[in-house]
Amino acid sequence: MEVIMFWILAVIIVASAIATVFSKNIIYSAFSLLFSFLGVAGIYAMLSADFLAVTQIMVYVGGILTLLLFGVMLTNRITTMSLKTDVFNFIPGLIIAAVMLGSLLYVIWVTGTWAKHSPAVWDTTVESIGTLTITQYLLPFEMVAIILLVAVVGASYIARKDKQNIKS
Amino acid sequence: MLPTSPGKTNKILSPEEGKLLESLTLNHFLTLSAILFSLGVFGVMTRRNAVVVLMGIELMLNSANINLIAFSRFNGNLDGQMLAIFVIVLAAAEAAVALAIILNMYSNLKTVNLDEVDQLKE
Repeated sequence: MEVIMFWILAVIIVASAIATVFSKNIIYSAFSLLFSFLGVAGIYAMLSADFLAVTQIMVYVGGILTLLLFGVMLTNRITTMSLKTDVFNFIPGLIIAAVMLGSLLYVIWVTGTWAKHSPAVWDTTVESIGTLTITQYLLPFEMVAIILLVAVVGASYIARKDKQNIKS
Repeated sequence: MLPTSPGKTNKILSPEEGKLLESLTLNHFLTLSAILFSLGVFGVMTRRNAVVVLMGIELMLNSANINLIAFSRFNGNLDGQMLAIFVIVLAAAEAAVALAIILNMYSNLKTVNLDEVDQLKE
């Protein structure tokens, strides 16, 4: 059962990632990315990471993908059909990606010496994650909060319109 | 063992359910993540539109998260999941800043094609 679920999710993820990377239309890329994110959330749920699965759907699908779609809409003139984008450096990119995939698979399947069995099924991880956040990972948590605040302020500062541009 | 409240979060639900993941090894998840990472690298290297390059970066971050959570699951502690949470937060911050830069680039240069943006000033 879990094996079938894993293969279904893997096919969904890889197929929509391929569609994201190879599609000529940016809107198609963005919506393929949606299915890729949802499949990754399913993989998280299979790995007993329930909190992270929900976080993945909320942050990636609800936040980042919406932001990317806004980026697509705001930076392309839809009326002039300039949504098409073409590919360059096709052969070097293919070679580098294939070499990287081959070396990663070599490391994983040949030289990997980690344990391949899985421990018992976990209960919900929300309580443990909450406790870890305010005890062992308190300093990274605060740092990431400040980074997020600075990033939001900086992004809204960068993206605002200048007064001269508004007048002219 | 989980560092907090052991025995409560790491308990076995039932013998059959504990066995379900045995046919799936860690290598399955690592292979999926490697394929996803290579596709992200390919997208970053070959696409011309800056927004699609951002999508490739998001794919790479997702594959790293799959790796972290799979190792966390198979090692039996929650450190990988905590790291994955921080990765998700940083991905959100990165996407916000990068899209602000892309919007600025579009309003200044009227293009988001990365091969046409090759000058430091107008």
